[in-house]
Amino acid sequence: MSDLDTLKQSVLSDIAAAVDEAKLEAVRIASLGKKGSISEAMKSLGKMDVEERKIMGPALNALKNEVTDAIAARKSILENEALEQRLATERIDITLPVPAGPAERGRIHPVSQVVDEITAIFADMGFAIAEGPDIETDYYNFTALNFPEGHPAREMHDTFFFNPKEDGERLLLRTHTSPVQIHTMKAQEPPIRVVIPGRTYRCDSDQTHTPMFHQIEGLVVDKTSTVGTMKWVLAEFCKAFFEVPEVDMRFRPSFFPFTEPSLEVDIRCDRSGDNVKIGQGDDWLEILGCGMLHPNVLKSGGLAPDEYQGFAWGMGIDRIAMLKYGMPDLRAFFDADARWIEHYGFRPLDLPTLFGGLSRV
Amino acid sequence: MKFTLSWLKDHLDTKDSLDDIVEALTMIGLEVEEVDDRSKFKPFTIAKVLTAEQHPDADKLRVLSVDNGSGTSVQVVCGAPNARAGLIGAFAGPGTYVPGIDVTLGTSSIRGVESFGMMCSERELDLSDEHDGIIDLSEDVLANAPVGSSFAAYAGLDDPMIEIAVTPNRPDCLGVYGIARDLAAAGLGTLKDGSIAAVAGNGECPVTVALEFGDTESLCPAFGLRLVSGIKNGPSPSWLQRRLKAIGLRPINALVDITNYITFDRGRPLHVFDADKVSGNLVVRRGKDGEDILALDGKTYQVNPEICVIADDNGLESLAGVMGGDASGCSETTTNVLIESALWEPLNIARTGRDLGVNSDARFRFERGVDPAMMLPGLELATQMVLELCGGDASKVSVSGTVPEPHKTIDFPYSEITRLTGLDVPHDRANSILESLGFPVSGSGDVVQVSVPGWRPDVDGKADIVEEVMRIVGVNEIAHRPIERGAHVQGPILTVRQTRERRARRALASRGMMEAVTWSFLPKDQAEAFGGGQPELALANPISSDLSDMRPSLMPNLLSALQRNGDRGINDLALFEVGQIFTGDQPTDQKTGATGVRRGAVQITHEGRDWRGVARGVDAFDAKADAFGVLAELGVPVNNLQVVAEAPSWYHPGRSGRIQLGPKQIFGTFGELHPAILKQFDVDGPVVGFEIILENLPKPRNKTSRTKPALDLPELLPVSRDFAFVVSADVTADKVLKAARSADKKLIQSVSLFDVYEGERMEPGQKSLAIEVTLQPRDKTLTDDEISAVSSAIVASVEKATGGQLRG
Repeated sequence: MSDLDTLKQSVLSDIAAAVDEAKLEAVRIASLGKKGSISEAMKSLGKMDVEERKIMGPALNALKNEVTDAIAARKSILENEALEQRLATERIDITLPVPAGPAERGRIHPVSQVVDEITAIFADMGFAIAEGPDIETDYYNFTALNFPEGHPAREMHDTFFFNPKEDGERLLLRTHTSPVQIHTMKAQEPPIRVVIPGRTYRCDSDQTHTPMFHQIEGLVVDKTSTVGTMKWVLAEFCKAFFEVPEVDMRFRPSFFPFTEPSLEVDIRCDRSGDNVKIGQGDDWLEILGCGMLHPNVLKSGGLAPDEYQGFAWGMGIDRIAMLKYGMPDLRAFFDADARWIEHYGFRPLDLPTLFGGLSRV
Repeated sequence: MKFTLSWLKDHLDTKDSLDDIVEALTMIGLEVEEVDDRSKFKPFTIAKVLTAEQHPDADKLRVLSVDNGSGTSVQVVCGAPNARAGLIGAFAGPGTYVPGIDVTLGTSSIRGVESFGMMCSERELDLSDEHDGIIDLSEDVLANAPVGSSFAAYAGLDDPMIEIAVTPNRPDCLGVYGIARDLAAAGLGTLKDGSIAAVAGNGECPVTVALEFGDTESLCPAFGLRLVSGIKNGPSPSWLQRRLKAIGLRPINALVDITNYITFDRGRPLHVFDADKVSGNLVVRRGKDGEDILALDGKTYQVNPEICVIADDNGLESLAGVMGGDASGCSETTTNVLIESALWEPLNIARTGRDLGVNSDARFRFERGVDPAMMLPGLELATQMVLELCGGDASKVSVSGTVPEPHKTIDFPYSEITRLTGLDVPHDRANSILESLGFPVSGSGDVVQVSVPGWRPDVDGKADIVEEVMRIVGVNEIAHRPIERGAHVQGPILTVRQTRERRARRALASRGMMEAVTWSFLPKDQAEAFGGGQPELALANPISSDLSDMRPSLMPNLLSALQRNGDRGINDLALFEVGQIFTGDQPTDQKTGATGVRRGAVQITHEGRDWRGVARGVDAFDAKADAFGVLAELGVPVNNLQVVAEAPSWYHPGRSGRIQLGPKQIFGTFGELHPAILKQFDVDGPVVGFEIILENLPKPRNKTSRTKPALDLPELLPVSRDFAFVVSADVTADKVLKAARSADKKLIQSVSLFDVYEGERMEPGQKSLAIEVTLQPRDKTLTDDEISAVSSAIVASVEKATGGQLRG
């Protein structure tokens, strides 16, 4: 037995001393290989008598198992050490910058974003989106909307005209989105609920006016809507759009040729700081014009004014975008300055929804 | 429209505060734009100079001891030549803001003598330009305005000024009386009697007026004229001057000031002629081509038959209803005056004013409509004021033409109020509102007759009557009523094009591009360079030559944007716009473009220089990738698309292409922009871009089911083989890929191109294209023989289609 003990000690110490996997393999071959020390000892079993073999057989098997396990254990340790060593040499400067991905760099213009926000709100109230051409006839832009020929209200529109055609007709760039009221009434039967976003044009340019701007028109035609309905729709819109629990609104009688009665709407705000704050403060800010459809406008749309009624409103998209998001200058909207778009623009995945909130908090 | 509180109270008996009046004005539709409560004059007090001593160190200064009513006298150093003991004037203490010189007073030492305030001149108080001396009031002033009392109260400077915005439908509120009527109806006091007594004249008016329009449409329904002789013109009294100044008018002389006053008091414009400068009788007629007139604003205007004029034997004396002529204008020396009060055609006045570029208070009122019934009372009121302020004898009034009677009556069902507003207003309340606004109500029952007064030309239907009732009851009284929501879940509301516009934006932004919104118009040469510039798309009155033509494409404005950004140092930039373009002036000619440009190092993966690799400038394939990216996002089957080398002229001819399903279904173009175009836009290239027209894309099929086709997952592993072909340099990749695919449509799952080599190891005029073909076995694993059979078929197919050879 003492020989076996000696052999065991010798092999185990060789295993422990193996500093890498190659040395360990050499130890395995020297012990468990075909001509290894333990294998040789196993071969000697055949020459032993029965009694001796009964003792030595199990002992040698136990030794073989023990050595096999020791090699496996040592191998695992050596592998771990080798991995540790390799990993110790593999170092990157994790502070090196990574480029921003495309969805992070891209931007949606505030006008598009705000139109999407408005669409989300009015879709919930059962409105569809209507659109019409930018190049309009005098009839749709003025006459059908009850602007009398030569009336001062017509002059206030600073209209862009095209050159008269041979038959004397003179096309123009629509000065408001209201012509689409007529197109819509002619194209579909009441009840009608549409909002009409689009580009509008007036030949006016200064600090607060640009020759092109965006308007959103609303149109409701049915047999029941009143000023009360209109007030509700506009108040709900303002709360939802500005994302505030309450908006104090002031409806003032006013004048537009295409509505009767006509109203202008102010919202309470605080203008004391750098930005206008909606829903608080002591100032009033005009944000839209509205009114009940003028009987002549219903007639232009082919509807009987005693049978049908409804309301319409118009509001500047750029303007409410400025109010909500704090852009100071309207002219910058159309300059395509990459710095402005990056700062005031929106991420492509910022999809305004009512269930997820119109804007990021 | 400006007026003062005291002026309003001439016509309105009210105890309501300024704040309440201002609030009410806005809420009944007369939006208050500004209120000047004149508080700047409050600190100035009546004061008396007790002593005036010579300043010890300055010849021109005096040291005053002033009694300002505070109980102790105040020392003031003063340089005014009229400063003397006993003078009564206006005093301002330290801390007072002096408006005329824009200075807030402190305590100062002037040449060694301390001064605790100032005695003011008229200029310092912003009352006039008078600065020869300090204000010097007579001793009797103290009876009503003792020392220490408010100078502003004494001088009538404490009268708040209110400015309202009057909408074009309310000419009645271009006179203070009309504003008072509205406020009285709204419950803010009682409207005073505004009736005007006629002045009995002596003798006929010696100047006759002929309305001569021949067989043309008359532009003057009626004309009243009266002579007042033997008057003495001169400055108008201070109360009148103060009111005119308070509303921003310059007092001129009594006669002119009276006409201006009545214009604002009653909304009734008038004109005065110096009778001695009028030769013969007056004729009201259309102007003649070639005639001109020097008007009161010092400018000469050419007239024509569309313009109504008043002429005498000397020629034109007035642009009727718009502005008088200089030749017969009234001056300080006028002793005989002709007062005119007439009616004009509103549309003609509007056009004359517009065509001649004249904005006058008269035009403003006549084009909106004045009350015909005020023509003669206005003339009487002016006569009264002339007699009162200037003396003289008035003739009888001569009237030419006929003053029309008001005739508009509206059948008004009370139910209209509820139908349109939701308000429930008792009939008697509605009646009293209408009566107080001057709309007599007659009849009884549910439908009554409402007569429209002459001062409300805007009212001609039931809805107008509803508005009158609503604005006086108050819009605040109308309860909000939710709109009916329908008993169903709201379905989608966007049309295909609207959805595509939105998806295109988000798709392009998610490719790292920034959305621009640019003008719909551009300079003509830029429109022409992109296939536009047609005469029917050029504005007749552009705001500038840079914004003269409707855009035929979104590309030019994006190139200009690249140029502007480049000037700001931003050279690596990807921009896009989704918006309208114009191919003609009809509604169907308006299309929606989705267009993008890239300049510099702006790959989809990163932008600018990156430490992991050398920055690569953009090329046509970046634009192609953008175009295909959008098309895929919009549901276009991009694998079936053809790309042909037939792009428009603004692209580089060899580095651009057209994307189509066939020659009749063209979806867009892409490529590198032509160097000549970049030069025109002053942009350093290369710039690449693409354009897609959303209207040209195929409509999605109307699917009834949203179920996707079953997923086909083969059980056997796919096998890939690479091939490289040497082909002539003009063979397109497309050809090789298509030929390879067609070799065995069943077995070949995909073919992709992974290398293009045109380097020095190739014969000139040749290139190598390397493809990877993936085979997907279905029933059993492919044998080596089967794979080599397919490979041979692929090689044969490609060689046949391209004339090339498998690379050895």
